[in-house]
Amino acid sequence: MNRRDFNQLLGMGAAGMVMSNLPAFSRSVPAEALLEPGMDVSKKKRLADAALNAAKAKGATYADVRIGRYLNQFVLTRENKVQGIINAESYGVGVRVIANGCWGFASVGDARDESVVAKAAETAVNIAKANARLLTEPVQLAPQKGFGEVSWKAPIKRNAFEVPVKEKVDLLLAANAAAMQNGANFVNNVLFQINEQKYFASTDGTYADQDIHRIGPNFTVTAVDPANGRFSTRNSLSAPMGMGYDYLQTNPADKVTGVTTRYNKGYDMMEDIVAAAKQAKEKVSAKSVEAGKYDLILDPSHMWLTIHESVGHPLELDRVLGYEANYAGTSFATLDKWQTKNFNYGSKEVNFFADKIQPGSLGAVGWDDEGVKTKKWDLVKDGILVNYQAIRDQVHIIGEKESQGCCYADNWSSVQFQRMANVSLAPGKTPLTVDQMIKDVKKGIYIIGDGSFSIDQQRYNFQFGGQLFYEVKDGQIVGMLKDVAYQANTREFWNSCVAVCDERDYRLGGAFNDGKGQPPQSSAVSHGSSTARFNGVNVINTARKI
Amino acid sequence: MAILSKDEAKKIIDKVLSYSKADEMSVGLNGSRTGNIRYARNSVSTSGESDNLGLSVTAVFGKRSGTATINEFDDASLEKTVRRAEEIARLAPENPEYMPMLGPQTYLETATYAESTAKINPEFRAQAAFDSIDPCKKKNLTAAGYMEDSTGFSAIGNSKGLFGYNKSTNVDFSITVRTADGTGSGYANPDVTDISKLSTKASTEIAMQKALASVNAKALEPGKYTVILEPTASVELLQNMMRSIDARSADEGRSFMSKKGGGTRLGEKLFDERVTIITDPMNADLPLSPFGGGGGGRFGGGGGEGIPQEKRTWIENGVVKNLAYSRFWAEKKGVKPVPGPSGFIMMGGTQSLADLIKSTDKGILVTRFWYIRAVDPQTQLYTGLTRDGTFYIENGQIKFPVKNFRFNESPVIMLNNVEALGKPVRAGGNLIPPMKIRDFTFTSLSDAV
Repeated sequence: MNRRDFNQLLGMGAAGMVMSNLPAFSRSVPAEALLEPGMDVSKKKRLADAALNAAKAKGATYADVRIGRYLNQFVLTRENKVQGIINAESYGVGVRVIANGCWGFASVGDARDESVVAKAAETAVNIAKANARLLTEPVQLAPQKGFGEVSWKAPIKRNAFEVPVKEKVDLLLAANAAAMQNGANFVNNVLFQINEQKYFASTDGTYADQDIHRIGPNFTVTAVDPANGRFSTRNSLSAPMGMGYDYLQTNPADKVTGVTTRYNKGYDMMEDIVAAAKQAKEKVSAKSVEAGKYDLILDPSHMWLTIHESVGHPLELDRVLGYEANYAGTSFATLDKWQTKNFNYGSKEVNFFADKIQPGSLGAVGWDDEGVKTKKWDLVKDGILVNYQAIRDQVHIIGEKESQGCCYADNWSSVQFQRMANVSLAPGKTPLTVDQMIKDVKKGIYIIGDGSFSIDQQRYNFQFGGQLFYEVKDGQIVGMLKDVAYQANTREFWNSCVAVCDERDYRLGGAFNDGKGQPPQSSAVSHGSSTARFNGVNVINTARKI
Repeated sequence: MAILSKDEAKKIIDKVLSYSKADEMSVGLNGSRTGNIRYARNSVSTSGESDNLGLSVTAVFGKRSGTATINEFDDASLEKTVRRAEEIARLAPENPEYMPMLGPQTYLETATYAESTAKINPEFRAQAAFDSIDPCKKKNLTAAGYMEDSTGFSAIGNSKGLFGYNKSTNVDFSITVRTADGTGSGYANPDVTDISKLSTKASTEIAMQKALASVNAKALEPGKYTVILEPTASVELLQNMMRSIDARSADEGRSFMSKKGGGTRLGEKLFDERVTIITDPMNADLPLSPFGGGGGGRFGGGGGEGIPQEKRTWIENGVVKNLAYSRFWAEKKGVKPVPGPSGFIMMGGTQSLADLIKSTDKGILVTRFWYIRAVDPQTQLYTGLTRDGTFYIENGQIKFPVKNFRFNESPVIMLNNVEALGKPVRAGGNLIPPMKIRDFTFTSLSDAV
């Protein structure tokens, strides 16, 4: 069953968009099944060895096997109603091989028997040999030492699946009620919880058993002014996180106060939804922005998406090389620019790093999906482009000896390929708070939360909206604005960055569903930053009359 | 065997229903075989094939429902799945918007299946890729493409006697051709039910021609321009608008179809009088699944509640004639339920794209838009960019390629600024005419090729 079929089988139109988040071949299970331990690790090793041995016997020079169990629970509500509770499980095995210098891949669902897995490995070798006839460049796989039998577990404090569904429903409905009491006309409120139990083994001698958890609370509050035929929305200022239910435990230390409260590693849904209801109403009658040049102060809850689109994607090596030309596009950040060693991606304030290790981030794992131990590396140093994101069959192109460890497949049935690591803007080195930053701004807009986003296929020209826009005049926040979007060129924009707040303001934002590939695969990724200031950015007014 | 016949599907569904102890039960049975081939840098990168057959059971007690799924079909497994669905239903919260299941329905026999597509095999896909890569290699151009074919069936049944079955096929092909120096790029993206109507070579030649013609693009100032939109360019904007044509959000005051002071804009003239948009499952160029409602898609795949699809006019001579009504909202408003439009037909004229260009004094030919995202749902304002070939037209002729633009525009405004409509062609699972539109808003330039 594919994702689309599953949506339709559930017969829940309202939940349709949400369902597309489910991994392939998911089947509906009772909630208790999400807590069942799954296959014993020794059994996984036997299955993996069966696949690796079968691949080698058939002539593979390299093989890896991924045994994946993907568990999802979605709780969907609107106003005082539960629209759906989805509990889903997807289990199977994917085998990837190199034979005759060419990749081959095959997968099999519900595989619990060694002979079935071995057969998939043989199929993968046959596919590799068949495709080798069309091969122009044999695979060059960067060497990787084996790590033996290892494991990694996301540092969660409370497994979300251990929390009774009723407790979650009660929280969402209580939050919805609070929003309605504070002036909202409509609320959609959903909670996504994900557990990926992944076992990786390769002919390099690594057997990595990993337990990955993600959580994503997400609401939209709508305020309607029927007399004037206007409406406004305000989305939650939560972030999807690589955490357990502990993300929903409120903690004063995780709150960032100011013009509105934002959250670090503990999210207060009740507080945020009340603010959202009031702000959605305020937005309906807020001042419409006057188009022109403004200094922008961008909160991490907004900044993550700008980083994602204008830094994360253009520095993916497969895009640079043209492998995504027919879908996601290519990149302006071409190899010749990188080779000059003086390509100013941004101003001196701008330092981007990639990593797969930040605790609580969506990208964090111990080993990637081709057995590489994860790490952190620089992409842009003091404004200069210094590196890309690459995997084992690409790193030789950028002169690296080992992979950076950002290979990922969204399911056992999908073939792994290069995906975005967490890409983050390093905090400023000199002490600077948001208040201090705003104090110096004469004509600016302070933007909080992510909104509309669009960027061209080579990542030059972008346009972003947001959730909350505050006008800054002579160092003071003077009121709310609406109809705001900013347009810029990636390089000009990052070169207009004049200050980044220090690490006290550093927070993560992110997305569960970064899409790439044909057939498309989704990947979850976080982006950290502190609030940053950009001078003289072009702001347009998006109001129209129809 | 992923593709079951009508009789085989009915037998399984009837068996499942015979195990039911619930107040109501519905069953969905779907099978598909999909294959794909992907290439880039003139070389095949991945190809694959997968077979899937799955059954879903929804049990209902009062207003509580539960769904369980399985892909094993022995009696014990089927019965176990029924029990599990019932168990989930008993524990589920009440859905106050639950609507009792429909009784028996009569469905149209639509031509969604082509045997030629069902016969596609790995060798066929490799040849299709070769036919696309080879001409590019010979001209020192770089091809990146993807073809995905699917053959499937969808059967639905319920304890009130409803049964429906549909078989369908589809092929989507997309090809991007770039010049070796990266200064030109072209694209084509046909979709067909019947593979014999697709030539990857012919589509690739269109993309090659656009790639070569778009080299050395000149920059024009952003602003308002008369544009000619090829169907591949306008399709996503129109689809987005048609997806929002929902009565409930309009009644709730949070849609472009909401009326000032309350209610919907049903019956109002919102567009130029030349704008007429219909859906017609029997159209030979765009056959659709015969059932809809709650997820019934173009390629079968469920059909959810099983509301029969029929010919329907959404916009006629610029006037809004229909909005989509879920069964719940229809009952609340005392009207007939109307499944949302998927696969629509926008009526046009007889002119070709070339005719539209010929009749244009000054304008921009847009062959594709990309990365379209909503900016303001209130006005259906979207932003996005031109891509893979944008050209300046003067005195009825294409003069030179132009750099890509970012636009901020609403399809509602666009369909009020109609200058001319050409002959509709299939694009993205719809029939759409090439359109000449005045005062289309480009807000900035992009260096992307």
